[in-house]
Formats: sequence, structure tokens, C-alpha cells
Amino acid sequence: MAYQSVEGILKYCRAQGKRFFEAVLEDDMEERKVSREESLKEMYDMWDAMLLAGTSYEKEARSASRLVGGQGAAVEEYRKKGDTLCGDYLNQVIEQALEMGESNACMKRIVAAPTAGACGVLPAVLIPFYRSGQGSHEQIVEALYVAAGIGQVIASRAFIAGAAGGCQAEIGAASSMAAAALVALKGGTNEQIVHGAAMALKNLLGLVCDPVAGLVEVPCVKRNVAGAVNAMACADMALAGIASAIPADQVFDAMREVGEKMHPSLRETGEGGLAATKEGMRIVGELRH
Amino acid sequence: MNIFDILGPVMVGPSSSHTAGAVRIGLVTKKLLGAVPVKAVITLSGSFSATGVGHGTDRALVAGLLGMKPDNICIPESFEYAKKEGMEFSFIHENIRGAHPNTALLEVWDSTGRTVAVQASSLGGGRIMVNKLDGVQIDVTAERPALIVHNLDQPGHVAEVTSMLAHKSINIATLNLYRNKRGGDAVMVIETDQNIPASSLEWLKRVEGIMKVTCLNLGEEEG
Repeated sequence: MAYQSVEGILKYCRAQGKRFFEAVLEDDMEERKVSREESLKEMYDMWDAMLLAGTSYEKEARSASRLVGGQGAAVEEYRKKGDTLCGDYLNQVIEQALEMGESNACMKRIVAAPTAGACGVLPAVLIPFYRSGQGSHEQIVEALYVAAGIGQVIASRAFIAGAAGGCQAEIGAASSMAAAALVALKGGTNEQIVHGAAMALKNLLGLVCDPVAGLVEVPCVKRNVAGAVNAMACADMALAGIASAIPADQVFDAMREVGEKMHPSLRETGEGGLAATKEGMRIVGELRH
Repeated sequence: MNIFDILGPVMVGPSSSHTAGAVRIGLVTKKLLGAVPVKAVITLSGSFSATGVGHGTDRALVAGLLGMKPDNICIPESFEYAKKEGMEFSFIHENIRGAHPNTALLEVWDSTGRTVAVQASSLGGGRIMVNKLDGVQIDVTAERPALIVHNLDQPGHVAEVTSMLAHKSINIATLNLYRNKRGGDAVMVIETDQNIPASSLEWLKRVEGIMKVTCLNLGEEEG
């Protein structure tokens, strides 16, 4: 039985003396009737697919609407000049988030995490971490279990689709998963993992899904940056010992409530928010011709 | 949802519903036909019509008809592959009344003239539902094998089909019967827990009073 609460995961970990990722891995073995090796093999494949997707970026590629493309490359060029506000590492995160979002918009192969629209958040924090030699494949695969466990609880208590709960359910969920993964990678406690996840979603609560022309392009690609950078900040806060005042499960429940109250025009219909701006509507008109 | 519904699927973008789900609709249609079609007339309805081209929904549906899986990097070039394989295809933009917002109707023909009409919708996250087959409401998820038999409305056909399944140790998950009128055309839709062997399908096709047998087995290509 999949976990319905992070409290349930923490309770299991406390009783059994397990790490967070082990609780999720063991639950997967039980739920899908697979061996530890089979489950791990699948997770390695996901990580492999993420890395491969990271290398498939083409800076010349443009999306169907031509609204998206080349932005990750622009950040790379800017970063390499060595004079940024956020520093080299955080700019690598920004760059990776843009590149993955752009690749998705340009019909490249990506890993939905938890959705295609939010596919840039996890790789944006994990790939630079791996490339800078801070973690092994094995550690990152373990962190992916942590992310998946958080995502699973969010999906069971709320939703992970923009059409159901707005962007908070996609980028918000991805950011929460990414923060948890980062805390785990840096050796944080199980409780710190959960605080990181809670804070990351809290920061993005209420985010609406308002794609221009209904396409997974504007503002989706750049919101992957927001999700990734927010995850980094929340992971650092959690590792510094800062706790979320509201427990994670209650944050997820609040996300559901907010999503349910969200007007349908702000849930992936392309009828409200940025999609309904004068420029947004002009783009729609242009695409028709 | 298991953890690989959360992390995954590995897919060609940009949208799990409008791209990955559309590929699966094409794949299921190919399976229901039993071959890569030589001709396809595809109606895009609702959001599939409104934003489908920007999401590559049209190319995704054709990719599925060719047998490509949702992670196949050739999906963006599916039109060119279809031309190479001699598959003729066209699109109609028209709202299908009462249908889910992400719906397509695929009318396909194989080289022997066999044809099926599949109306299916993409529910999100790459999951799909086959709503209608040849105009009959069937509502199968394509997550289980399914057998659809068109027969004359006469006594005994349900027994023939179900005893064949019993003989092959195939367990029935759901079974629905429909007919247009007493003694007219009837359809049975059976979802099973195991795949149905090709030899049994061949046998069924030869049974008197059975007009058409369509099967959806799960296999490698479902990924």
C-alpha cells in the first residue's frame, strides 16, 4: 500500500531505523511485487534517461510556436563570462532547468517528473550536483526514491496535474520533490527532508496554470527555473535546521484546497492569467495563421 | 499511483496528455486493427483540435499508428515515416458531441480492407480510455487485455466465447453485452487478466454467427 502521508513514512523509518529512501524502495517492492534489484534497475534507468535528456539539448531548436528555444544556451554564455548575480553553480541550475523545459517543448525525449511540463526541476538540481562531483550515481538514485516518495504522497493527498490543481500541482510538486532529494543528498535527517519538501511547496502555493495558447511553453519553461531555485533555497533552509511551521501533510492538503478553489480558467485551459493577456491573445491569433 | 507514475514516463514532449497519451491512442488503434494501417482518417476533437498541432498531437497519433512507443525520438518525424511506409492519412477538425475534451476518432484500414473506427480520449498523465469501437460504447482503459466480438444476436455466442476463454485459462475481468435490436447485431466487450492467443482469435473468427473479432493484447510495445 502506497504511503498516504509523509508522517506514515517517518513513522516507519523511526520504528525500523531506516532511511527515507529505504521506506519508499521497500514500499515499491511490496506494491509492485518486484525485487530490490528490479526496482533499483528501473530507478537507475530513470536517472540514465534524465542524464541523456540533459545531453540532447540543441540550442538552435525552436518549439512549434517558436516562442521557446535557445534560452538555456543564453544563460550558459552569460554564466561563462563569470560575472553573475547568483554565482556559477546556481546559474548551472537555471541553465539546466531552461534546457530541459525547452527540450520538452521541442519534442525531445524527457522524463516526466512528475509531469512533462515540470520535467526540468529535478534534473536542474540533480545534474549539476552530479557533474560537480558532489554525489555518485548510487546516491542520486537513492535521492530519486526520496523525491518519488514525496510526489506519491502529494498525488494521493492532492494532485499532480495542472488541469486539476494549477501549476502549484506541477512545478510546486516538482519543487517539493527536488528539495527533499537535495536534503537527502546532503545527508540531512529524515525530518529535515520533510521540512524541505513542505517549505518548497508552501512557497509556490497558489501558482496558477495559465499557458499561452494552451501550449507547454510560456510560462512553463521559465517556471521550471522558479521550481529548481526554490528547491535549492528550501533545501539549504532545511539543512540549516529551519522547520516548516505547517507539517508537510497539512501543506499538501492546503494545496488541494487551493487547487479546488482555483477558477477553471486558471487550470490549464489557456483562458486566464498570462494566457488571457493582450500579448497572450495576440500570440494565439498569430498561431492560427 | 506507483513511484514510476510519479517519476516517469520517459516520453517525447511536450505534454503527457496531448503527446504521450496521443501516441498510446495511435498504438491501441493499430493493435485493434491488427496491422499498421494503409489509410487513416483522424478526427481531432476539443482540446486535441484547439492545441493539438502545437503539442504535436497529430504527429503523435500517426507515430502510434506506425507502432512507435511514447519515448520514440522519431515521433516528431512520424509524417515522413508514414509516407515512407505508404500510409495515407488525413485530419478533420470537428467537435465530437459529448466527448472528453482530449478526444480523437481514428478510422483506419489495413491492406485487406479490414477497418475499425476507434474513438479514444487522453485522461492525463499518459493514461487513455478507448470510448467507442465502431460506434459502440466500450470504455476500456487498454491497461488490461480486451476482446470485442461482433455477432448476430442469437443464443449461444456468449457461451462459445467464454468457454473458449475458460479452456485457455483466461480469467474474465469485466463483460458487457450490447445489441441494436432483438435478433439484430450484438457486441460483447470482455476485459481479461491474460492475453488471448492468436490461434483462439482465428478459431473465433470462423464460428458461424460471429462477424468480427477485435482484440487488444498487452505486450512489449505498451512499454
